[in-house]
Amino acid sequence: MVRVAVTGMGAVCALGNTVAECWAHLSIGRPALGPLPDPGKPPYKFSLGAIASGFRPLEHFSEKETGMLERFAQMAVVAAREAVRQSGLELTAQLKEETAIITGTSVGGQFAEEEGYVRLFRENNPRVAPLTIPRTMSNAGASRISLEYGIVGPTYTISTACSSSNHAIGQAFGMVRRGEVTAAIAGGSEAVFAEGLLRAWEAMRVVSPETCRPFSLQRRGLILGEGGAMLVLENWEHAKARGARILGEVCGFGMSSDAHHITQPTPEGPLRAIRLALADAKIAPESVDYVNAHGTGTTINDSTECQAIRRAFGSHAERLLVSSTKSMHGHTLGAAGAIEAVVSLLALQHGLVPPTANFLDPDPACSLDVVPNEPRQANIETAISNSFAFGGLNAALVMRRIG
Amino acid sequence: MIERIYSMSDAALAAQDELAAHVIRVIAATQHLPLDAIGIENTFEELKIDSLDGINIVFALESEFQISIPDEAMQSLKSIRDTVEGVRQLLAQKEQAGFPA
Repeated sequence: MVRVAVTGMGAVCALGNTVAECWAHLSIGRPALGPLPDPGKPPYKFSLGAIASGFRPLEHFSEKETGMLERFAQMAVVAAREAVRQSGLELTAQLKEETAIITGTSVGGQFAEEEGYVRLFRENNPRVAPLTIPRTMSNAGASRISLEYGIVGPTYTISTACSSSNHAIGQAFGMVRRGEVTAAIAGGSEAVFAEGLLRAWEAMRVVSPETCRPFSLQRRGLILGEGGAMLVLENWEHAKARGARILGEVCGFGMSSDAHHITQPTPEGPLRAIRLALADAKIAPESVDYVNAHGTGTTINDSTECQAIRRAFGSHAERLLVSSTKSMHGHTLGAAGAIEAVVSLLALQHGLVPPTANFLDPDPACSLDVVPNEPRQANIETAISNSFAFGGLNAALVMRRIG
Repeated sequence: MIERIYSMSDAALAAQDELAAHVIRVIAATQHLPLDAIGIENTFEELKIDSLDGINIVFALESEFQISIPDEAMQSLKSIRDTVEGVRQLLAQKEQAGFPA
């Protein structure tokens, strides 16, 4: 099996429009949670969101194109462009056939769907916009990336709620490692600030009425975020041969299903995903330095995740650095795994762990070093990024520093 | 409707407490349980009502009684009696605030 290099990264989210802009916030531990542009009528029971307010579609697409591409797909494409540009990949006819595109999203295009419902049910107008189907389809981002670069290899989209893009990267990693493709563009995106979706999240009672405080005793829930992130994964030898700059290595992936409850987590499922990821990477638990936690900031996720981490790492859990960067970029749902893979790779590159922001008091049920509030300089070589979805679907990705 | 509960469930309860019967009707409907399967003394655990079911029940009660049940209050609900008393309190608060139930 071949090694898998990361040769490109792209990201857009509330923290910034590029990887560099996002890192500028992450590296000083500055959250980008702000007021919702529309507080709702009646007001939502939450007032904060992680909104990519600096993302201006018309800087990236023509007006005609934005009519075809929903915000989630736009973010996927913009992140892919940054990642491909950084990779310096020269997409020859052969490489176009040997490159995969795998994206993740939880709900896909929500805005066109809601506009259609307004026409249909509120205005009694049966003429729903003709582009509704291609705009709402979850693979809109993947397909646009394929069209834009002429990439004709395996291209598809995975939808597993909050694990979507971790699963997507895991799939792409496997394909490159098994030699099925030479390169892959993998990640995910989500645009959550659509009225119907916000009301649905409100009714779930998991969104914090104040801010997001993962692992804190005072945590009251998650804060929703939007964004997209993509990696270029590449056959190690191929990357070396063309003299590419290798940003990091993806070296293991594990996944599992809880088969326990549709929304209640259990430590066993996450634990198996983490163990499988470590086994896949052929490393001992003691070699992991940093865990980018799922860390949503709900009471039950955070305590359950800490139990899983303790059981997976044993006494080494005491020495692990564990942070939830959702405290800064929000819970970006189907984009979370991809954004957090980028965050983990940046942490490895810079030897700096972004903190768990907004932290108040420790919770005995989450007694790990959660890197509260202040970024931490640390000589870290190996990181693992967790994603656990509603529906009980878990994914864990292992990454390693290069050089 | 109350008479039906009277014949089907705890007789004393239905006679004395119309609100309890009303709350039980809402819970029965959301959980797809027969009315006589739910008694005022039942815990959610006995009725196999988990946290996700709880969200559904609270949502239905909010619509039915035009009240707003805070998250913290929801988390403390463990039984039918808790729920009935919680709704009773919120209705009383609503009345005091000048919005007759």
